[in-house]
Amino acid sequence: MIGYALKRFLGALPTLFIIVTVAFFMMRAAPGGPFDSARKLPPEIERNVKAAYNLDKPLLVQYGLYLERLAQGDLGPSFKNKDFTVAQLIGIGLPVSMRLGLLAMALATSLGVSLGIGAALRQNQWQDYSVMTVAMFGITIPTFVTAPILTLLFGVYGVHIFGLEFNLPVGGWNGGAWRNLILPVAVLSLPQIAIIARLTRGSMIEILRSNYIRTAKAKGLSANAVVLRHALRAALLPLVSYLGPAVAGILTGSLIVEEIFGVPGIGRYFIQAALNRDYTLVMGVVICYAALIVLLNFIADMIYGLLDPRVRLS
Amino acid sequence: MTPIAARKGETLERAFAGRSLWADARARLFRNKAAVTGMTVLGIVALLALFAPFVSRFAYDGIDYSVVTCAPDWWPFEAACKAGPGHWFGTDAVGRDLFVRVLYGARVSLAVGFVATLVSLMIGVLYGATAGYWGGRVDALMMRVVDILYSLPFIFFVIILMVMFDRNFYLMFVAIGAVVWLTMARIVRGQTLSAKQKEYIEAARAAGVSPFGIITRHIIPNVVGPVVVYVTLTVPDVILIESFLSFLGLGIQEPLTSWGVLIADGANTMESAPWMLVFPALLMAVTLFSFNFIGDGLRDALDPKDH
Repeated sequence: MIGYALKRFLGALPTLFIIVTVAFFMMRAAPGGPFDSARKLPPEIERNVKAAYNLDKPLLVQYGLYLERLAQGDLGPSFKNKDFTVAQLIGIGLPVSMRLGLLAMALATSLGVSLGIGAALRQNQWQDYSVMTVAMFGITIPTFVTAPILTLLFGVYGVHIFGLEFNLPVGGWNGGAWRNLILPVAVLSLPQIAIIARLTRGSMIEILRSNYIRTAKAKGLSANAVVLRHALRAALLPLVSYLGPAVAGILTGSLIVEEIFGVPGIGRYFIQAALNRDYTLVMGVVICYAALIVLLNFIADMIYGLLDPRVRLS
Repeated sequence: MTPIAARKGETLERAFAGRSLWADARARLFRNKAAVTGMTVLGIVALLALFAPFVSRFAYDGIDYSVVTCAPDWWPFEAACKAGPGHWFGTDAVGRDLFVRVLYGARVSLAVGFVATLVSLMIGVLYGATAGYWGGRVDALMMRVVDILYSLPFIFFVIILMVMFDRNFYLMFVAIGAVVWLTMARIVRGQTLSAKQKEYIEAARAAGVSPFGIITRHIIPNVVGPVVVYVTLTVPDVILIESFLSFLGLGIQEPLTSWGVLIADGANTMESAPWMLVFPALLMAVTLFSFNFIGDGLRDALDPKDH
């Protein structure tokens, strides 16, 4: 197992290297620089500033220097947020983004799996049709539409449901108070709930038709035991391989959600940094996200190995 | 249904030729109610977008300060002012007619959707077919590249690309197309690989069909199905990416507009002018639904295993 993990880790290094390289040269190919501002700096000061950040050197030399620092674990200083290093900024933003993302993932998995199982057990009945219709909406309607509409309903108008009045804050973070979390997490998880429900329903229906389930039923197991103990484990396999794309989806969604709800996560940094040509910060966020995706794909493979005895990790 | 008896002027051979794979698929597609509804709705949206300058008497950039942020006349809820006749969807924050702007948004969104999909189709088919046809080491190397690109956080690269192109609208087509071709390449490669060694190809070869005939009559029809399905599902994806970029302010610039921009504007003013959010969002959702229904219908129609 450790050998496998090591192999995967080494295998991920070339991928990360390519990401770093591509992102580095693409950012530098963009017109403008971090120190172009409305007020023109005197040439000698501009020269000094550029020299301080090595921006006066040839591009390849800058790339070499960047890689050298990166290899030592140093992401460099932020060009725009003075007094902060990129590592510090990520250290502030990442926990916020992670909190949102993990909550959304947890909600999406639990709700999506339950809805999917429910729909599969009531295949072609009204429960099935309603879950699948809602899922269709969840998949088709993008985050940047659901976010304002939900805000309008639950934040601005304060809709009453079951006698409860919802008057949620329309934005801000407030140190991560749960009231501030509800809307962003709901918006972020909606498409994932829909996709997971669909996936679970599909694989569950297929599994329920298989022979070993018939055997389990024939030997007199209760319906619950058949579903929970025998069918579920196999039905969750496609879900595990969806984990990678799901994380990518949550990351993409978090760019929008953080922007709309004013959540101080790293997605917001990224857009600002890309527009301001804050080279090091862009690189830092890209590396951070790429590493996250690589890590989660690895975890997904591990879980796959645990769930499916046919898969041996080596 | 055409009667089997040969009609006047038709050769016997044609009368007995039977229905082709495509005619069969078309018939199946048109029996699918959701897909037909999707095609109709999409057709209407596309026609309205195409003829947008003739549909409404307002110009998409015609600013009118006498009707700033006004609700349409039929708006049933409270509103500060009514826009007056002709403004079916109300007006925006500088008094431009929202109906025309939504249609112009449709133009941009649909154009980006189709062109970027075309770009991805060309790259993907060429790349995938080459890898699949060559096989061996070339294939392994080419697909390794795709795998690596697959694991990149692609939305970040689209954003960086947009910044790199300095938010040039036309290069947005390329930027998006250059990112979404990966799945296309995988599908085409897989299809080419499996089609190359099917028994019916061997049978055709044994029967003396020319290589050109084999490719056009046997390989392409079997490869095209999944590609067509994937194309219909890529268009809404691309529309979403474009709107996403425009929503973040990285896409199209004023006074031109797209659904993403309109939704972003609407989200900013939704407390006082919800119609500015509702109409663009509604039209976009309807369009995306249509594409999904058509894609699902095509998948069912073109998959011979299912029948």
